[in-house]
Amino acid sequence: MSEPNSEGGPDKATAGGGTDIDVKVGRPRVPPLLTAESALDEYRSASPDVDRGEPVFTLDAVSVLYNKVTAVQDISFDIQVNEITAVIGPSGCGKSTLLRCFNRMNDLVPSSRVEGTLRYHGTDLYGPGVDPVEVRKLIGMVFQKPNPFPKSIYDNIAYGPRVLGIKDDLDGRVERALRQAALWDEVKDRVKTSALSLSGGQQQRLCIARALAVSPDVILMDEPCSALDPISTASIEDLMTELKQQYTIVIVTHNMQQAARVSDRTAFLTVDVDPDKTDRRTGRLVEYDLTEKIFTKPADSRTEAYITGRFG
Amino acid sequence: MSEHRSAAEERSSRQPMRAETEGRESPTGAREAPVAARVVATTGRRDQIKAAAFKSLLLLSLAVGLVTLGVLVVDTVVTGWPRLNLDLLTRFPSGRPAIAGAQSAIMGTIWVVGLCGLFTIPVGVGAAIYLEEYANPQRWYNRLIEVNIQNLAAVPAIIYGILGLGLLVRGIGLGQVVLAASLTLSLLVLPIVIIASRQAIRSVPNSIRLGSLALGATQWQTIRRQVLPAAVPGIATGSILAMSRAIGEAAPLLLLGGLTFVTFNPKGLDSPFTVLPIQIFNWISRPQDEFRVLAAAAIVVLLVILLVMNSAAILIRSRFQRKW
Repeated sequence: MSEPNSEGGPDKATAGGGTDIDVKVGRPRVPPLLTAESALDEYRSASPDVDRGEPVFTLDAVSVLYNKVTAVQDISFDIQVNEITAVIGPSGCGKSTLLRCFNRMNDLVPSSRVEGTLRYHGTDLYGPGVDPVEVRKLIGMVFQKPNPFPKSIYDNIAYGPRVLGIKDDLDGRVERALRQAALWDEVKDRVKTSALSLSGGQQQRLCIARALAVSPDVILMDEPCSALDPISTASIEDLMTELKQQYTIVIVTHNMQQAARVSDRTAFLTVDVDPDKTDRRTGRLVEYDLTEKIFTKPADSRTEAYITGRFG
Repeated sequence: MSEHRSAAEERSSRQPMRAETEGRESPTGAREAPVAARVVATTGRRDQIKAAAFKSLLLLSLAVGLVTLGVLVVDTVVTGWPRLNLDLLTRFPSGRPAIAGAQSAIMGTIWVVGLCGLFTIPVGVGAAIYLEEYANPQRWYNRLIEVNIQNLAAVPAIIYGILGLGLLVRGIGLGQVVLAASLTLSLLVLPIVIIASRQAIRSVPNSIRLGSLALGATQWQTIRRQVLPAAVPGIATGSILAMSRAIGEAAPLLLLGGLTFVTFNPKGLDSPFTVLPIQIFNWISRPQDEFRVLAAAAIVVLLVILLVMNSAAILIRSRFQRKW
């Protein structure tokens, strides 16, 4: 239990499993998932202006089905490294469902199935032999409602490293994660107190810190501000802008202004309702482009209608 | 738009009420007071009467339970008072009531119920974890298991006695010993532990599980480090209440061959034994009045043990809730 990667194949063993962490950068040197072909470090060193070509995620005709009912259909786009990609769209269009594909959280729903291919740095995330647990170590997630564990602030942050079997310098890791999430100054004197005593906004930043503590490559955010007040929302948005220097962020949001404020690229999904059965809603990608373009000169009339508030 | 509709609804719902109250009120007084005030006043009074009646009905229900229990406890303590002393705990049963005690029964109870807890709690919690965290509720066999556990909790204790006698005492050949008794009681209270543990596990919010899994924890790590600690208060309470049930059972053990007259403490799993309820049953069925007094004193001892166990349940719950 203390060493969850001990059964890793020879590839993983050479990469040192999940415990080989480059402390300076604070992330796995080579994600164990894709030891062979990873070019992650090259992405990092490349100048931000350069078109890096190879994206973090490549979606090719991805569909998600629950009980043979298609929730999202035929989604294809790329997610670029060190960018914030926003997914917007009306309620029920499958934004969250799509987001949960990226870290295989949909696997937890027994009747779900993912079709098409979803590549992460070139590796098929749903390919044979890919362990969803390993995927989730690299691709962290922040949920709609802050969900701190009913433990102390410290134990919340240390939980991730502990389950990954990391024992060295836990204090340092906790502090770094809290600093990265801009929470350290507020809680440094009471890290041993209950995480549930924090305010909603602090709890959500704690959840972000918790995700950062396992040194992920990508952070998925599922409407992270929908339960927060405007001030907390602003602090989380500032934090996201800060974090994209080091991480790739995908955010699902209901709030179009938020997408416009923080994201580099935006995907707009819409929903088709089956005229025979109203409970059958299928989400489709309408448009994906630079956020600036989506919000100023959208190519599709449906996008324009949505962002100007004419529907949804 | 919506304001219009709600106003209309309000009017239509108020009208029949007004008609009703007008019919009941004296016509002169009714006409002078403003309509709205009058309606509010009368319905308020009627509601107050209804509420008071309902409240007294509830208090009455509570009183029935409390008074009965109080009378029973007081009567038992008064009857047993002359024999409520250390001799009861240190002496062994005897044909002469003056020198009889219940030590073998108390020790037998501790052995049987202690072992019962040792068998039941791990198995019950394990079954509950499987059913809540691993089993797919859409599969027919899992639903069948679920329904059957509910049913098993309602099977009369005597049936478990028959099962214990047929399977453990005779079938496997354990004999009429401590081990057979504790296993039989385990079967009896296992459904209770499973149901209580399932409820405790189910009440752990799913967001905790998702949060843990999203960090790359395995399902077992999530259960071991998040779900179980959060469910401990509920599991402990349910388990102790189940053990309290086991302590009070006489019927299955009588059938199983718990002896009514044992003058020695159990020495191991294969010892013959008696337990408090059987000892009480034995004393009450004796013709001498002195034995009735002894029985009452033994009942008080049993009640005290139950009280201590239930207090422990409350203590565990409040302690873990504070610490979580």
